[in-house]
Amino acid sequence: MIGHIHSIETCGTVDGPGMRYVVFFKGCPMRCAYCHNPDTWDPTGGEDHTADDLLAQFESMKEFYKNGGITATGGEPLMQIDFLIELFEKAKAKGIHTCLDTSGVIFHRDNPTLLAKFDHLMEVTDLIMLDIKHINPEEHLKLCKQPNDNILDFAKYIDEKGVDIWIRHVIVKDITLVDHYLDELGYFIGGLKHLKALDVLPYHNMGEIKYEKLGIDYPLKGMEPLTNQDAIYAREIILKAAKRRRQDDAAKAQQ
Amino acid sequence: MRSEWNGFTGGNWEKFVDVRDFIQKNYTPYEGDDSFLCGPTQNTKDLWAQVMDLTKKEREAGGVLDMDTKVVSTLTSHGAGYLDKDKETIVGFQTDKPFKRGMNVYGGLRMAMKACEDNGYKVDPEVVDFFSKHRKTHNEGVFDVYDQEIRRCRTNHIVTGLPDAYGRGRIIGDYRRVALYGTDFLIEDKKAQKESFGTVYTDDVIRGKEEIAEQIKALKELTEMASFYGFDISKPATNVQEAIQWTYFGYLGAVKEQNGAAMSLGRTATFLDCYAERDLAAGKFTEEQIQEFVDHFIMKLRCVKFARTPEYNQIFAGDPVWVTESLGGMGVDGRTLVSKMSFRYLNTLNNLGTAPEPNLTVLWSTRLPEGWKKFCAKMSIKSSSIQYENDDMMRPIHGDDYGIACCVSSMVIGKEMQFFGARANLAKCLLYAINGGVDECTGVQVGPKYRPVEGDVLDYDDVMAKFDDMMEWLATVYVNALNIIHYMHDKYAYERIQMALHDRDVKRYFATGVAGLSIVADSLSAIKYAKVKPIRNEQGIVVSYETEGEFPKYGNNDDRVDEIAASIVTTFMDKIRKHHVYRNGIPTQSILTITSNVTYGKNTGDTPCGRKHGAPFAPGANPLHKRDTHGAVASLASVAKIPFKDAQDGISNTFSIIPGALGKEDQVFAGDIDIDLSK
Repeated sequence: MIGHIHSIETCGTVDGPGMRYVVFFKGCPMRCAYCHNPDTWDPTGGEDHTADDLLAQFESMKEFYKNGGITATGGEPLMQIDFLIELFEKAKAKGIHTCLDTSGVIFHRDNPTLLAKFDHLMEVTDLIMLDIKHINPEEHLKLCKQPNDNILDFAKYIDEKGVDIWIRHVIVKDITLVDHYLDELGYFIGGLKHLKALDVLPYHNMGEIKYEKLGIDYPLKGMEPLTNQDAIYAREIILKAAKRRRQDDAAKAQQ
Repeated sequence: MRSEWNGFTGGNWEKFVDVRDFIQKNYTPYEGDDSFLCGPTQNTKDLWAQVMDLTKKEREAGGVLDMDTKVVSTLTSHGAGYLDKDKETIVGFQTDKPFKRGMNVYGGLRMAMKACEDNGYKVDPEVVDFFSKHRKTHNEGVFDVYDQEIRRCRTNHIVTGLPDAYGRGRIIGDYRRVALYGTDFLIEDKKAQKESFGTVYTDDVIRGKEEIAEQIKALKELTEMASFYGFDISKPATNVQEAIQWTYFGYLGAVKEQNGAAMSLGRTATFLDCYAERDLAAGKFTEEQIQEFVDHFIMKLRCVKFARTPEYNQIFAGDPVWVTESLGGMGVDGRTLVSKMSFRYLNTLNNLGTAPEPNLTVLWSTRLPEGWKKFCAKMSIKSSSIQYENDDMMRPIHGDDYGIACCVSSMVIGKEMQFFGARANLAKCLLYAINGGVDECTGVQVGPKYRPVEGDVLDYDDVMAKFDDMMEWLATVYVNALNIIHYMHDKYAYERIQMALHDRDVKRYFATGVAGLSIVADSLSAIKYAKVKPIRNEQGIVVSYETEGEFPKYGNNDDRVDEIAASIVTTFMDKIRKHHVYRNGIPTQSILTITSNVTYGKNTGDTPCGRKHGAPFAPGANPLHKRDTHGAVASLASVAKIPFKDAQDGISNTFSIIPGALGKEDQVFAGDIDIDLSK
């Protein structure tokens, strides 16, 4: 099977634990206003790779990845779910740590064929970094041109499957840096039993130049990059709400 | 046991000069963290403010504050010099005052004169007269013997940076010996060595005995030099302050006698820690005092200066001394050689601020203690001033008491040295192969008049065969030049005090080097995998290339081209190995032009890989700029394929990365611990 790959980063240090071989998949149905990889939206083009050739490359550099592994990101890797399954299945067979960075947007529980694929994928995935773009359905639709009900359902699904979860959340002034939304998000993710980390990502505008090159209007033109202080502030609200959820759940369990 | 050694565990080192044995029997491995370290004392701050003030004045004066133009620098040429005598716990400058550069003439008179003139000074006519009429220099000796071919290679830059007009450097005296034994013991040892030759007076024996006689004189002069500062170094040091001072005096003697291309310190920290631990246990000094001694020592190392020309500074991108100190590493017995003193050395980057000198080099092993690894990482982030080298790679070759000279040249302290050989420009050699030995920039027939390439498209097998022949020629002329240079350096600018701090029988590495490896690899790859058309000028010399199609580029972990790079290294090394080398040297090779890539680029024409005349070379074994497109690990993996056995003098890869690309910021990312929401 052939995967359509945008690019490879061999020295990935911010996409999962340890140093990682990061595979950027082509294609994404989301159109997030702050997306910094618009060059991966188009599912066509890019380099053609087989799972074997990617893993052969990985193996030739495996000394570097002793505490890391392989990360599939993009783009939206789930758009090429069959290829992704093959890649992760073969990686797992070699004992490589597998991490999926996704928005979860492809997930639909009511499609049995698709669900079977997801079930298969979960068996060969060690960690999912789920990027929840916005907790509020309307705001999510505005921000990403896609609904979020299936995304939040995906979070519950992977939690049921017992896969480790990192939640990623991009903080943008006036869009996600809103106290009650952050609180709501925190309360939601506090309910995930396999939550292992929270990766709050301060908005940056380094993707803007790619829009110019592609001749697309940049939706967040003029938006200032978020300060670290604001990111820490947002993180604290989310963590506080997550803790409240844990306490509520514990209280319910006692009743 | 001698009283100075009370409290130490004895051994072979008491009877024979054997610093490693002393360290092994007496050092305390340290596996803790940096919490024991002390900040700078007021005296340290005051002294450093003085140094910073002098640095500012030196910069305002155009790079040189003061130079000696009358007195030729020797061990005893100048009286004591101080910053502030009452505040300095470690003393000594190269001349009688800080920031006054000494005059070293034995390497070459013209270079010494030019270094003065270019900085607005003039060498005293009597000195010029003496070295013109009565005393020959290294430089004069070399040029008396050079043939026309070597001269052509020099002026056309196919061999460059040869140490034929300046001090070769790259020799590390075992300065620790001065502290451990005192000079009397060392002189007695040298006297015994002098009598230990056989009775057949061959050239080698005569030279050996004469050199040892010079070494003995140098040790006596070193003792005299220390006496100017009120110290008697004829006896062993009695405490950590003296041990640092004695060690520094050994080094100071070296930098007074030689203006070498790299004047490295060795591996002193854990040796000195034996004294620190003994004094701490006895309550003789506090941690704060010991850190102050170290700070003052490092401060002195930062003030080492030489008289050099602007051209020299251009080649080396600054005015480097390469006071390299090798820190940490693992012992062959499995214990770490990291000590508290290793931490104190790095802590000077906190106490005095960041600086390029001394070149603090961490010998890295995966098995180093975590506390040390973390401290190194912390100080790297803070200072960007730490160099790392692979101890796991070098320990099997050199054992656990080696040090680095310059940036990557490894040698066992006091037992091995090297003959620095600069480098041959392999990229130009490839162009000579294409043009039948004619220089593409000057049009001069420099190499042998072999048949140039013919036709409109370069053929890989044809070019490779021609390149092989041209490398054969280059290796010959290059080794010839180096043989002459080191013969003359030994004869006219012998490193007396540095060699006095070596064993009698020294292993001598004959260190050759190459530049332009990534250009050669990419060019050959282009010829093999794409279509390269040569473009000839009116004289029929190929001066440019048109390349059609894609080709694999070195730096992307692609074996098709990485194997070309690796095989060129092996091939050239094997060609060097065929030759007779001076003084039974052991040929080695380096790939490490860290600083002279711009100069190489200026002097090398268009290359088949698409690089244009004047575009800089990549540093060392780096891929060419922007040719590595698969991230840092792929780039490093390509470099890692170069066989160390054929590049034992070092493979360098210069690599910069923004901190954000090295991992998540702790404050923002909530990892496993922060996310513990159950409480």
